[in-house]
Amino acid sequence: MPMDLKEWFANRRNRQQQAEVKQPLTTEEYCALWTQCFQCRELLYTRDLRENLHVCPKCLYHFRVGAEQRVEQLADPGSFEEIDPNLRSTDPLGFVDSEPYPKRLRDAERKSGLVEALLSGTATMEQNPVALGIMDFGHFGGSMGSVVGEKVARLIEHAEEKRLPLIIFSSSGGARMQEGILSLMQLAKTSSALKSFHDAGLLYISVLTEPTYGGVTASFAMLGDLIIAEPGARVGFAGRRVIEQTIRQKLPADFQTAEYLLSHGQVDMVVERTKLRETLVQLIEFHTKQNKPKSGSSQQTEPVYSR
Amino acid sequence: MANDGTDKEPKDKKAEKKMVDQKITPLEFEKPLALLAQQIELLEKQIGEGAHPELENDLDRLNQQYDQLKRSLYSNLRGIDHLALARHPQRPYTRDYFGRWDAAWIEMHGDRKGVDDPAMVTGLLRMGDHKVVVCGTQKGRTIHEKKNCNFGMPQPEGYRKALRLFQHAEKFQLPIINLIDTPGAYPGLAAEEHNQAEAIAVNLRELSGLTVPVISVITGEGGSGGALAIGVANRILMLEHSVYSVISPEGCASILWRSADRVADACTAMKMTAREIKQLGVADEVVTEPLGGAHHDPDFAAEKLREALLRHLNELTKMSPKELRKDRQNKFRRLGAFVES
Repeated sequence: MPMDLKEWFANRRNRQQQAEVKQPLTTEEYCALWTQCFQCRELLYTRDLRENLHVCPKCLYHFRVGAEQRVEQLADPGSFEEIDPNLRSTDPLGFVDSEPYPKRLRDAERKSGLVEALLSGTATMEQNPVALGIMDFGHFGGSMGSVVGEKVARLIEHAEEKRLPLIIFSSSGGARMQEGILSLMQLAKTSSALKSFHDAGLLYISVLTEPTYGGVTASFAMLGDLIIAEPGARVGFAGRRVIEQTIRQKLPADFQTAEYLLSHGQVDMVVERTKLRETLVQLIEFHTKQNKPKSGSSQQTEPVYSR
Repeated sequence: MANDGTDKEPKDKKAEKKMVDQKITPLEFEKPLALLAQQIELLEKQIGEGAHPELENDLDRLNQQYDQLKRSLYSNLRGIDHLALARHPQRPYTRDYFGRWDAAWIEMHGDRKGVDDPAMVTGLLRMGDHKVVVCGTQKGRTIHEKKNCNFGMPQPEGYRKALRLFQHAEKFQLPIINLIDTPGAYPGLAAEEHNQAEAIAVNLRELSGLTVPVISVITGEGGSGGALAIGVANRILMLEHSVYSVISPEGCASILWRSADRVADACTAMKMTAREIKQLGVADEVVTEPLGGAHHDPDFAAEKLREALLRHLNELTKMSPKELRKDRQNKFRRLGAFVES
């Protein structure tokens, strides 16, 4: 397009003015553009990383993901409906260490943007309705206090009532010390809710993600009919440091990793995040759908067992 | 069968108090009391020699002072004092109770999968009109026993052994009594490899589904998940000086205060004493101990606990199997503190 000199200068001025409207990037935003892989140190473009479900394309390191991102990765778009979003912790013990518990709660809420360490709701996955619970380690170390326990119990009850398959993603440092014995009782509450669910003959798949420890492992996380772990996720009851101090010996490097758990018979499979949705859908359909012959094929009444 | 590490009952009731007291190792906060007892003893010796008959009055006064001090000392205990009492090396353990309740109780062994964990004691016992299945964590008395029982920390196989007995109780519709005195599950390599988290979780789930009465008693330390693994019950009783917590106070202090010296603060903050646990709605009853703790008079402590257990057994056995299951599930369903806006 022909353009005279005056016009060119005018355009340049306009462009400069427009550029001034844009704020310079803060350090935080700059860092948000690029992410360094914790494992292989590769510098990754954050948008690509997000598209790859926060898995390093080079070394398959699985970054931690928040509950909301997890929903995006798993549920059919727009299908997630949260339940019990308004449960909040109180301070039953009046707990104070270096800071009072209510202040720690407010800080955690501000930092994570979440009200509690568990997001629960219903969704569909490839049109299969499911009850979905997702823990977020970013909120208060994913610790289980009264609210997390209550939300898990309600989710289980909801799934039982609606006869939905249940999937819970665990990620937790354990029971929340600041609620004392009431936190411990959440282990019993959630496991007890799973008893009825179990007896009702419904499917519960537990997915263990980095890291899952303590009270969460010793209750609903280990009670899945099927248990899946993400690669590299560390899962255990007691922490590595505590064990090393107790038995006074070095532990194997891969101790308590998903792969270690698999070789010790504690989980059914280790599944990469990029294949997780597909695997879950397969498992749900295996347990919920009739083994009908594909349309067109001859009528078949005997189930087919594949090797 | 019972492990008699505790004191034999003294014949002379008058001489009993001091005799028992002397044999008991005083705790840090009991030192003033021990000092006074020493002085009384000295004075008695002098009087016994007949040199100073006028000292009788002083002795009476000192004895009064002793009783007063003892009473005030034990009525104003801090969390960490209760913890020390709960961990007292002479405190009666699970086998001491079982033996006192029924000298002919029958011990059962093994998880049927390759291991018998001595830290978890299981068996059959008669109590009043009831036949019950008993289960309990056992700390050892002697060095050898302690090592054998892993200081009261069961391995996953121990929890599975307990589960086996729970299922036995369910099959024969027998009530279950669990005694809990454990620092917690064992943080060890093999315990993790054998999946102790799963062992505990399965116990929680299966206990909640039983249709027989379940009563759990914290007799000493109730340490976290390892305690809860046999603690999902219709009734939870706690001995007066027992404690129950989500994490050991040492663990809590090192994580939240980043210092091992703040154990006393952690004890206070976590509200772990029997009375506090009852106030929080978790324990149903606090069972009185002899003044100074169960180790001062194990027979009395065992009898008091037996009375309480019989009372609850009589109530619970009136309920139908369905009601018992519902009652237990409701008990834990209610626990928790939150607001819904």
